[in-house]
Amino acid sequence: MINASLSQLASLLADKKISSVELTQIYLGRIAKLNPALNAFVTLNSEMSLADARAADARIAAGQAAALTGIPVAHKDIFCADGWRTTCGSKMLENFIAPYDAHVISQFKTAGAVSLGKTNMDEFAMGSSNETSYFGAVKNPWDASAVPGGSSGGSAAAVAARLAPAATGTDTGGSIRQPAALTGITGLKPTYGVVSRYGMIAFASSLDQAGPMAKSAEDCALLMNVMAGFDARDSTSLERPVEDYTRDLQQPLAGLRIGLPREYFAEGLGADVAASVEAALHEYRKLGAVTVDISLPNTKLSIPVYYVLAPAEASTNLSRFDGVRYGYRAPEYGDLTDMYEKSRAQGFGTEVKRRIMIGTYVLSHGYYDAYYMQAQKIRRLIAQDFEAAFQHCDIIMGPTAPSTAFNFGEKADDPVAMYLSDIYTIAVNLAGLPGMSVPCGLGSNGRPVGLQIIGNYFSEAKMLGVAHQYQLATDWHTRMPDNI
Amino acid sequence: MSLTLQDVKRVATLARIAVNDEEAATYQQHLNGIFGLIAEMQAVDTTGIEPMSHAQDLSQRLRDDVVTESNQRDKFQAIAPQVAGGLYLVPQVIE
Repeated sequence: MINASLSQLASLLADKKISSVELTQIYLGRIAKLNPALNAFVTLNSEMSLADARAADARIAAGQAAALTGIPVAHKDIFCADGWRTTCGSKMLENFIAPYDAHVISQFKTAGAVSLGKTNMDEFAMGSSNETSYFGAVKNPWDASAVPGGSSGGSAAAVAARLAPAATGTDTGGSIRQPAALTGITGLKPTYGVVSRYGMIAFASSLDQAGPMAKSAEDCALLMNVMAGFDARDSTSLERPVEDYTRDLQQPLAGLRIGLPREYFAEGLGADVAASVEAALHEYRKLGAVTVDISLPNTKLSIPVYYVLAPAEASTNLSRFDGVRYGYRAPEYGDLTDMYEKSRAQGFGTEVKRRIMIGTYVLSHGYYDAYYMQAQKIRRLIAQDFEAAFQHCDIIMGPTAPSTAFNFGEKADDPVAMYLSDIYTIAVNLAGLPGMSVPCGLGSNGRPVGLQIIGNYFSEAKMLGVAHQYQLATDWHTRMPDNI
Repeated sequence: MSLTLQDVKRVATLARIAVNDEEAATYQQHLNGIFGLIAEMQAVDTTGIEPMSHAQDLSQRLRDDVVTESNQRDKFQAIAPQVAGGLYLVPQVIE
């Protein structure tokens, strides 16, 4: 049961072999048993989950089920969900009960899916290891001494440990793809604007994008059918025809041109990761694809550009947390400014404050042109690199992360080392392109390796097909950690 | 370039984040490390390059000028730190 695909679960539900209430109870039981050690969920509410399940069972009985009706889904705690505590991994929102649903949440509700709980994450999605969560780090189900990646580490660990059939995540600089890679699951960051950001707590608004995290590309396609679509409440939501993201799953790969950016296979890439990615590429060639050498010359600059633009946007977005309308307020203060300063000092963690200060600095008088404008100009060069590359290939592949999951504490005290671990994922956000991570092997330490698939704008269906064909030919996506 | 302790304290003030001397020194060290990374940008010639603020070339949508929100004051104020009589309370700002 816990290894069933979403369409298999839907069949079991449709055939009355299991009810949604029973299915939800199986997962709540697994969470009760395994979550104390993993810390993947920060908020559970079995009454609300089971109420969703009962409603789904009634809908199935009435013959009105949609593709995901009755299937439990875990949500990253960055999505506001009416009546659910929504913390964004922060003390600032420790007691925040969201008064409305994010668009992504309401889409799953409309589909009849069950909300299984809220998953742990780096505070305000700022981190690559889950160590910045106010609620403690998530453990990697493959090895308790390893980080699960971040920021969507709770969602990744929940799917990897089979505590949820599927989960939602968000990706600003790699926060879906990197934890997916580090925990051996499949995750997709769609083209910017495809999934509404309404009700998704903002980090860097021009980069943030929500997407699915699941056991396979096929499952991600079904989740995308629920998540994607125009929403007038997000001013950057794109008005496009509704797509069926499963439509290309059976497309053969013969003649597919896979671009291999030489910068993604250069110094800094772990030998075991490189070997797994090479093996995956070998598999793709067997499936009829051809590989071509391409260059993304400004790859290295994506990190400095990101660490100007994302903090700049974050410093603006997070100015709303002032202890007035919602969120944490310091217990003792003098005047209004003192109340702001103490509430923010006590309510935010170190990494969040660090990034707010970087952002404040680069936007301040006298530094704006040197940092912010320069970063925006290089952002265009980075986007142009991809545009040029896609003249020569249909899809780009490489590693998702330079190494397998690192150990807790390894990079926690060195922000620069932590930032450098996002070298292969950040440029995709800056360009606004879709990116995926697919499990493709195990590293020398037995921890999972992710293959990154980058597509051109709006090519999610094609990417999912490219990933699915690989998953039909290999079994890396079915590998599970021991003891779960 | 490197930030002085005074720079760090000024930024913290602008960001409305209280810092003591010890914290300011730690931020100074970390921020200078990060700005060392960011400095790689400065060597790039970007003459004539149009800044890119956004992944999609979008123009802002307009909607009809009609009320779309319902009054949910009680629900929203239920999660506020301090309210009275339908108002949010903060320390006095006008004598």
